[in-house]
Order: sequence, then structure tokens, then C-alpha cells
Amino acid sequence: MTTSSSWAATLPAPPRPRIGLGLILVLPALAAIVLLYALPLVRSLLGALHDGDGFTLANVSRAATLYGRDMVFSIGVSLGSLALIAAVSIAIAGYLTLGATPWAVRALRWLYRWPLFIPFVVAGQLSRSFLSTNGMMNTALVESGLMAAESAQSFLDWRGLILTFAWKQIPFVTLLLAGAMAAVDTSHSEAARNLGAGRLRCLFQIVLPQAAPTLWVGLILSLVAMLSVLSVPMMLLSGNPTMMTAMMAHRITYYGDYGVANALGLFSYALTAVSAWVYLRLTLARETRR
Amino acid sequence: MTLRRLTTHLGLGLALGCLAFVIFGPLLNLALWAFAEQWFYPHRLPTAWGFDFWARVFRPRAGAWSSLYNTLAIALAAVALAMALAVPAGYALARLALPGRHAIMLLFLLPQAFPNLPIFVNIAAIFHQLGLAGTYTGVVLVHALPGLVYAVWIATAAFAAVDRSLEEAARNLGASPLRTFRDVTLPQALPGLLAASIFVFLDSIDEFTGTFFVGAPEITTLPLLMFNASMGGNYQVAAITALILLIPSVGFMLVIERFLKADVLSRIGR
Repeated sequence: MTTSSSWAATLPAPPRPRIGLGLILVLPALAAIVLLYALPLVRSLLGALHDGDGFTLANVSRAATLYGRDMVFSIGVSLGSLALIAAVSIAIAGYLTLGATPWAVRALRWLYRWPLFIPFVVAGQLSRSFLSTNGMMNTALVESGLMAAESAQSFLDWRGLILTFAWKQIPFVTLLLAGAMAAVDTSHSEAARNLGAGRLRCLFQIVLPQAAPTLWVGLILSLVAMLSVLSVPMMLLSGNPTMMTAMMAHRITYYGDYGVANALGLFSYALTAVSAWVYLRLTLARETRR
Repeated sequence: MTLRRLTTHLGLGLALGCLAFVIFGPLLNLALWAFAEQWFYPHRLPTAWGFDFWARVFRPRAGAWSSLYNTLAIALAAVALAMALAVPAGYALARLALPGRHAIMLLFLLPQAFPNLPIFVNIAAIFHQLGLAGTYTGVVLVHALPGLVYAVWIATAAFAAVDRSLEEAARNLGASPLRTFRDVTLPQALPGLLAASIFVFLDSIDEFTGTFFVGAPEITTLPLLMFNASMGGNYQVAAITALILLIPSVGFMLVIERFLKADVLSRIGR
């Protein structure tokens, strides 16, 4: 009879976890992210808050003085766009989930996705020709008799910006939201309908609250996209005030002033961080309420 | 049909018609500008049609051919670079035990989680010092960065969707890990990887901000060409270039279902 220790010694050694191989495989991609993203990020933060001598707020205060109006404009346009995106996405996704006319639901599902794959540059050009005083929008309104020819006005200002951002981002948010709404248990809305609730009430009190986290994620991603786009503000707006991205490009191209440009970048990070914080507070509040 | 149902259908039709105008109106406008030779206010439609501007755009010295070549070459190089980095990383994140796996996946999400314009500005400054500004290498690197994010996430999901039992069966029959990967795992993950490649390709073709800071003025891509034409007031050239840019995007949208299957999509983010 063998002792347990010598018997155990004859068993094959348990396989060592292949952590080494995993790290080696991930390393190139990690290195790329560090070099191409983390390094410029650190440089951007340093450029905004650091002078040749040390920590300073001079760049930030100069940016606020020079571009304060543009910062407020950016916040306003972003909030306006997000409100429009949320409203239309809820409407479209709600109809896709609760709609009672099959042909309309099918048509809507085919229709709403088209702007999704159109890049922002092209969307900028589309808006430039569509929203101008003699563009197709005004022409269509005048031809159909809904508006007099004299009251045609150019929408190439903050309204055009909001419309363009919304046009581009609504399909994306609707896609996310429709998926989340489809995942909501239909028995909930069926129970509500049985008790006499209309479909609109079902949407706002049953389906939407359960799909809300996805809506917030979609809106935050849209905010990040809107604060990254350079082409659309440059193509639609001339002069001030305009979006921060256009001002950053302007500062670099004409003045080579990286300090103030990075301070503007810091501001756009702060805006994103604030909205992410709001989202986290909301989801935390939901969790603790349960 | 009752009156109420008729009015409901009419109302729905009207609403859908308005939505169709909002979505397709601008695109139709673009097509009109692309084929118009003369269009002045107050005419509702172009007064002269033709391919005159197409000929002007594709003249040898107009710059459109070199822009098209640049755009495609840079996009293909960005795809190659992003996939070369993402395929091993995706396999490691999906199949192998990694310490801090969640932290790593979060790190791969960051480039898309924050506005990337300040990043591009500082990359341009760094590349200037390294002598990479205005070179193909620099532009390819800048294009590969946002694509890398998509590529890693989709590759991870694609590899996670591959049936583990098939890999184990291959190993049982004596295949080495590399052979198993090449003959069993990779073919099954291929549709997802192809979808990731297409995402990176489209992202690179449409990239404007990165090229604006890193590539201009030596390297012109189609988005830059379109932007310059539009700012110069030449709507015909801008419309033609925009149409060329739209072809891959819309084409991809029409065939996406073939490549991005539901079980791969459901694993993105795990």
C-alpha cells in the first residue's frame, strides 16, 4: 500500500494558469492605448493646468474670459439636442414597442435607421444645403403653402446645430432604447392595459422607467459625440458664438496657443464627467430605492 | 373600415411621410446638388443637369483621385493595424485568465467615453515633435485609435461566442493550441472579426478631426476635400464627394445582418 504523499506525487502537476500568455497577447493593444491615448490625455491635462513653472489656473481663466460665451453656447446646444433626442427617441422606440398597426411599425423600423451610418461630415454638408434660406426645407414649406415665401429664414445657427446633432444621434439612441424596451416583460404592460390604462400611459409609467438606464447611457454617449465633432460647427456656423470644438481648432490654428486650447479641452472633459456623475447618482438612487 | 380606423391610418401615414421627408429630404437634396450644373434661387429645381462637375472633380489634377487613394490606403492600413492589435487582445480577454480583466476592458472603453478632440490636438503636437505630422504613418495611427476600441470589444465578443466544446474536442484529438486557434476558433469568430474590420474601415473613411490636425495640409482625405469644397461654396463638388463617402456606409448598413449575428452582439460588454 503506498502512502498518500507518494501517490499524490505520481499525479500530473495541475496546469499552471496561463496568465503570462494572456498578458503578452494584450500588451501590444494596451501599449497602443497608452501611447496614443493616455499620453496625450496627460499632456492635455498638464497643458491646461501647468505652466513652465508650476500649477497654474491662468490658462483656465483666460479660456473662460475669451470663450465664456462659447462655453455657455456649447452647454445650451448640447442640452437642447439631448432634450430633442430624448423626446423623439422615446416616441419612436415607444411606438415600435407598443404600436398597434403592424404596417406602420414595420415601416418605422425600416425608416428610422437611415441616418445611423451617415458620418458627421456628410451630415454637416446635408444641413448646409437643406437648412439654408433657399434650401429644401424652406422650399418645401413654401411650396406646400405652410409658410409665406418672405418668412423663410436660414436655420444655419444654433437651431441648425441642434437639428443636425439630433438627426444624426436619434437613430443611435432609438436603437439602444428600442432594444431595452423590447426586453421589458410584456406582461407588465398587458396587466396595465387590462386595468384600463391607455398605451401612452403604459409607455410613460410602465415601459420607460424600466428602460430608462439605457436611455441615459445613449444620451451620455451622444453628448460625448457632440462634444467631439469639429466639422459640423465649422460648416454650419460662422463667427461667434460657436461650439467649443471649433474654438479649440481656431485657437490652435491661428494662435498656436496650446495652453488655452487644452483648458477648453479640460472644460469639455468636465462637462462629460458631470453628466456621467448625474447618471451614476440617478442609477444609485434607483438601486437604493428598491 | 370604420372612420376612426381610417383616420388613424391616415394620421400614421402622414406622420411617417413627414419622418421620411426629414430623413430622406437632405439626402435627396444632396443627390440633386451632385447632378446639378446650375441651380440658382428662386428656381425650385436645378436649371441645368449634367455630369460636368463629376468630370471636374475627377480631373487628373483636381486632387480627388489622390484624396480617394489616400482615404482608402489609410483606411486599409488602419484596419490592418487595429485588427493585428485587437485579435490577440480579444482572444486573451475572452479565453485566458487575466488579472484585472475588467480594468483592462474599461481602459479599452476610455477613448470613446470622453471627447476625443483634445486628444487629437495633443497627438498632433506630439507627432510634430516626432516628425510624424503630415505623414501617412501619423494619420494611420490616429485613425487606428478609435477603431481599436471597437475592434477589441467586438473581437472579445466574437471569441467568447465560439463554442468551447469544439476547441476542447480538437485539443482532445491532439491538436496544439495554435492549430486549434487557427483551424477551430478563428473560422468561427471570423464573421464577428469581419464586422469589427468593417467598423474600423468605415470609421477611418469618415474620420475628419484626426486628419484635420495630423494630416493637413500634406495629406488630404475625402472628408477634408469635402469640407474644403463646402467651405469654398462649391456645393456641387461637396455633394459629389459626400455621395462617394456615403456608398460604403450605406452599403454596409444593407449587409450588416450577415456578419453581426445576434449571439455575438449579445456578448459585447461582458
